[in-house]
Amino acid sequence: MSPVKAFFLASRLAWRQLTHEKANLFAAMLGVLFACVLVFMQLGFKDSLYASIIKLPVAMEGDLFLMHKQTEAIWRTVSFSRQQLKRAFALPEVEKAVPVYIWMAQWKNPDNKTKRTLQLLGYDPDTKLLKGKDIRENKKRLLMQDTLIFDNLSRPEFGPVEKMLSEQRLFTEINDHKVEVVGTFKIGPSFAADGNAITSALNFLRIFPERLPERIDLGVIYLKPGSNILTAQAFLQRRLDEDLNVMTHDEMIAAEMSYWQDNAPVGFIFGFGVVIGLVVGMVIVYQILFTDITNHLNEYATLKALGYPHYYLTFVVFTASLILAIIGFVPGLILSAALYRLSEGVLYIPMPLGLGKILTIFCLILGMCIISGSIAMKKLKSANPADMF
Amino acid sequence: MPVISVKNLSFSYGTGALKRDALKGVDLEIEKGEIVILTGPSGSGKTTLLTVIGGLRAAFDGSVEVLGQQMIGAEESTRVALRQHIGFIFQQHNLLKSLTSLQNVCMALELRDGLSEYDRQKVAGEMLKSVGLSDFLHKKPDQLSGGQKQRVSVARSLVARPDIILADEPTASLDKQNGQEIVHILKRLAREQGTTILLVTHDYRILDVADRSLLLEDGEITGTPT
Ligand SMILES: Nc1ncnc2c1ncn2[C@@H]1O[C@H](COP(=O)(O)OP(=O)(O)OP(=O)(O)O)[C@@H](O)[C@H]1O
Ligand SMILES: [Mg+2]
Repeated sequence: MSPVKAFFLASRLAWRQLTHEKANLFAAMLGVLFACVLVFMQLGFKDSLYASIIKLPVAMEGDLFLMHKQTEAIWRTVSFSRQQLKRAFALPEVEKAVPVYIWMAQWKNPDNKTKRTLQLLGYDPDTKLLKGKDIRENKKRLLMQDTLIFDNLSRPEFGPVEKMLSEQRLFTEINDHKVEVVGTFKIGPSFAADGNAITSALNFLRIFPERLPERIDLGVIYLKPGSNILTAQAFLQRRLDEDLNVMTHDEMIAAEMSYWQDNAPVGFIFGFGVVIGLVVGMVIVYQILFTDITNHLNEYATLKALGYPHYYLTFVVFTASLILAIIGFVPGLILSAALYRLSEGVLYIPMPLGLGKILTIFCLILGMCIISGSIAMKKLKSANPADMF
Repeated sequence: MPVISVKNLSFSYGTGALKRDALKGVDLEIEKGEIVILTGPSGSGKTTLLTVIGGLRAAFDGSVEVLGQQMIGAEESTRVALRQHIGFIFQQHNLLKSLTSLQNVCMALELRDGLSEYDRQKVAGEMLKSVGLSDFLHKKPDQLSGGQKQRVSVARSLVARPDIILADEPTASLDKQNGQEIVHILKRLAREQGTTILLVTHDYRILDVADRSLLLEDGEITGTPT
């Protein structure tokens, strides 16, 4: 018998055996479906966490970024001396050095007056730090005292800012300091910040009187056109205070990412969830296949008496595990897609269901079923045709 | 040349103090097309002999040539290959319960190369017809009576035109009439195909189908039953 033919016939037999016992098949399908949904949700949350977390750094523009070495992530910075920016001009290629203040602030919902924390950025709006037409169009207005612009994609708990703004001038309080909202922009919430607002450096210091102008959270350096970023980085890293990290844009994004992947327990928690999902699925599929083999042991022994080689029986179990993977994955995918939409509505963070993710998870589920099948297969050894008489 | 030639075959279960001799120097020759009945008291070693001849159990003492193949000390793969030329009929029908009669009979054909799905179904359908089950092709075992199941089992053992049929008490779970019928169907079809049959039974009512009957007592062939 050619292997292809054997594989086809074995999978047909596996299919017939699986569909003969509908209740078992349904239980197995639920097991795989459960694992599928768990893995989809965990990976979905993880990916959208990472995507949301780097939205702010990705939106930034600059050649080199200075942060304190103890700064783990943008939402929890350790400040450093503004003097360091001045010292950066020792490098002739440096064209501009922009200080940025970042702090969490209490925002009063202008509609229902409840308070909620958002992330406030303060920097000279005349610079090109944040990309986006909406931000740059508003920069003139930010030069006025006690104004800010609000991130329209922030969670709805901050109030219907855009709507109210379209009706009349909008005033609210941030850290009990009266401000006028003069425009909106779009970045979106992250797992660390439910919303964002931008103001000028001067306004920022008025909102936070306890913050020293001397201590900044982020420094952004713009080099003259044609300068080599890496040489400049090496130079600055040597010349500036050794407590500072001098990073390229990509490095800053990677650092933000690695905080969530490695240091914050969330990365671990999601990874853990994926593993748990796969292990639970594996145990369920193993149980189902094992009981199935045990129940069919006589039949397998009969097949051996008919002259079927052992490998044919392993094909039967192997293809049974493939079938379980597929019939559990398809409804699992559909359910996960629905849950993704549901989560987006609750979290206000996009959860894309890309082909890459679907394929990755299919491979995980397939692997899970194949491992279960391979372990369950050992039971086939006890199918002895001599016992049939 | 005999189809089955057993010389001085000994076989024991277990080792050491638990060792139990099941066969003690069995000699047996069966020619092509012969129908031989083997009978004897319970525990005399009939099933053991059958499983050794059929390549289901490995034996190491004496000589067992089946279809010209030496089974003593043979590799697993040799024994698997031999089984494809043998049809087994068990005391229980041992059908696959998730498959219909037709699919069950086809299982014996799927091992054969050069047959299409269509060919297999045709041959299997004809075989089921000749055991009188043309109306039950698409029934699964739990929709069949005991006698019908055993007929499917007979059809399965014959459909691939094996050289030898080994049957162990095929009528034990059937009533007299069904038992008679099945043995006679088996005999008729075996004669048509020139198949050799070795049939173990306690059932003295079916001795008359045999060309020859042998008596096995305490692991030794002691002659013919009286
Ligand atoms: N798997 C086994 N392990 C150990 N001993 C066995 C095994 N099978 C059979 N025996 C022993 O070997 C001897 C021969 O058994 P066998 O099954 O061949 O007898 P039998 O003639 O077929 O009996 P019966 O008519 O009851 O089916 C018996 O004493 C039995 O107890
Ligand atoms: Mg017996």
